[in-house]
Amino acid sequence: MALEFVEKQQILTVVLEGDLRRYDNREQITELSAAAQKARQVVFDASHLQQWDSTLAAFLYQLLLQAGVRKDKINLDGLPENLRQLLELALAVDRKPSSRSARKEGFLEELGSRGLEMYDGLKKALSFMAEAGRSLGRFFSGRAVMRPVDFEFALEDCGYKAIGIVSLVSFMVGLILAFVGALQLKMFGAQIYIASLVTIGMIRIMGAIMAGIIIAGRTGAAYAATIGTMQVNEEVDALKTFGFSVSDFLVLPRLLSLVITMPFLTMLADIMGMLGGAFVAVLILDISAPQYWQYSINAFGLANFLVGIFHGFVYGIIISACGCYYGVNCGRNADSVGVATTKAVVSSIVIMIVVTGVLTLIFEVLGI
Amino acid sequence: MTAADVKIKVENLTIAYGSNVLMRRVNFEVKKGDVFIIMGGSGSGKSSLLRVLTGLKEPSAGRVLIDGVDFDAAPPVQKKAIMRGCGILYQSGALFSSMTLAENIALPLQQYTDYSAATIRDLVALKLALVGLKGYEDFYPAEISGGMKKRAGLARALALDPDILYFDEPSAGLDPVSSKLLDDLILEINQSLGTTIVVITHELSSIFAIGKNAIYLDNETKGISAYGNPHELLKNPPNHNVLSFLTGGKK
Repeated sequence: MALEFVEKQQILTVVLEGDLRRYDNREQITELSAAAQKARQVVFDASHLQQWDSTLAAFLYQLLLQAGVRKDKINLDGLPENLRQLLELALAVDRKPSSRSARKEGFLEELGSRGLEMYDGLKKALSFMAEAGRSLGRFFSGRAVMRPVDFEFALEDCGYKAIGIVSLVSFMVGLILAFVGALQLKMFGAQIYIASLVTIGMIRIMGAIMAGIIIAGRTGAAYAATIGTMQVNEEVDALKTFGFSVSDFLVLPRLLSLVITMPFLTMLADIMGMLGGAFVAVLILDISAPQYWQYSINAFGLANFLVGIFHGFVYGIIISACGCYYGVNCGRNADSVGVATTKAVVSSIVIMIVVTGVLTLIFEVLGI
Repeated sequence: MTAADVKIKVENLTIAYGSNVLMRRVNFEVKKGDVFIIMGGSGSGKSSLLRVLTGLKEPSAGRVLIDGVDFDAAPPVQKKAIMRGCGILYQSGALFSSMTLAENIALPLQQYTDYSAATIRDLVALKLALVGLKGYEDFYPAEISGGMKKRAGLARALALDPDILYFDEPSAGLDPVSSKLLDDLILEINQSLGTTIVVITHELSSIFAIGKNAIYLDNETKGISAYGNPHELLKNPPNHNVLSFLTGGKK
């Protein structure tokens, strides 16, 4: 196999011979294109070319591009008919794509762009929350366009279907809390206070946080993915063109169902965490069940319990708002759904933790 | 037509979803280098037939022979080799949105060939130029129009120099000019590369512009009620359904 060239009286003849499949000699392009630029005419002799494939076509295409010679200087007649047609087709369109800004932004420009992006994001989030608030208003005045079946489905999904995972994780957290506490309290012979530690820890904050994190990963992600996919499939556009409020139709059932179920899931997490602690205390640390129960009851304060439930309620709002917000503002390709889902979960958890810090400070100041 | 001329042979093919039979004991042949149209109304099973032809769905009965090899019964290695010899242009282009156009086209070349990076880059440039997208290597699918996505999808389908190219509703969602450009491109690829082309469509303009042979899938009979050149079928329609379809429902 060979691809050679001969120059005679300023006519460059490119000779193609033998089997030129998988032709991979890229270095030859530079040499040949330099010769082609000098030549008055470029012709091809493929009379002894036996076989070729796309690699040869790609080679010749690159050669003609790099040589940058005028089309009237190139004579493709010597090439096999189909190869000639292929090259003519490739060379036919010489339109350049509309240029994209490839300029790298300076530090200040980038800072400004980021600032503007954040400002836009904040505006969008505020208008989303305002619209969700208006939807709630419409709901309580009986004017919201929310299908009961959507609400029932959302309630079922974040309600009894989440019981298993919330129970298991909370039980294990209670168990871990008891173990870690026991290591320290044992040194003072105060293992019995494990009951107080686990009870106060779970009902005041840990139960709500555990339920919140599980629901953010499970239900918040599902909200973002479902609404995001609807955005990709133009279902959200269809809702808008029908004149429906996206907030009434998609956000309200999810927001209401999580706000209703989160306090109950928090209660469940509290109970399961306490059971986890009891499991360690009774079976491993030899504390009697009635004794554990008594200390748990003594440590259980109504204020602590209500603080935990309030956290659960707030987390319900945060998770549903983040899930729906990122779903509604999802882009229009497959990637965007993944990005929306990730952002929904990460933002839910970060906002939950920040809000917990703020609430803890407030309760501390109020002496609750 | 001798056996050597036949690229795809469909024998007694039945496609069903559970008890819902879409087509029953269908037979037809596609010869090498043909531009073959599979036409029919909505719900006639065109897309399901494409899924069977491309190995994405198993037939309920019957078989599909590609170059004489029973596609479904072939060992996995042979089946994969046959699938590699088939390029498919899906309705939406089905480009991978996280990759640039160049990366989309380079992917099968990187997976299935041992070409150098420079050769792959040149092949990508050629394939994009062939579909009129020269210079769009670094664009993402989200940055180009629907018609361009289809052409980029076609460039990707052409990446491995397939023997057979399948088109699923190539004109769907395109304006008449883009649709005509795509039809011309299909014919040019067929002529220059000799690729066997199978097009699933119900667009009459495309059927008459590019189709050398065609079958009509009939909803009522669950089979083929017409087989031949589209212009000939229009002149001598075998039944009212075919006439109605080919004339766009004109009385």
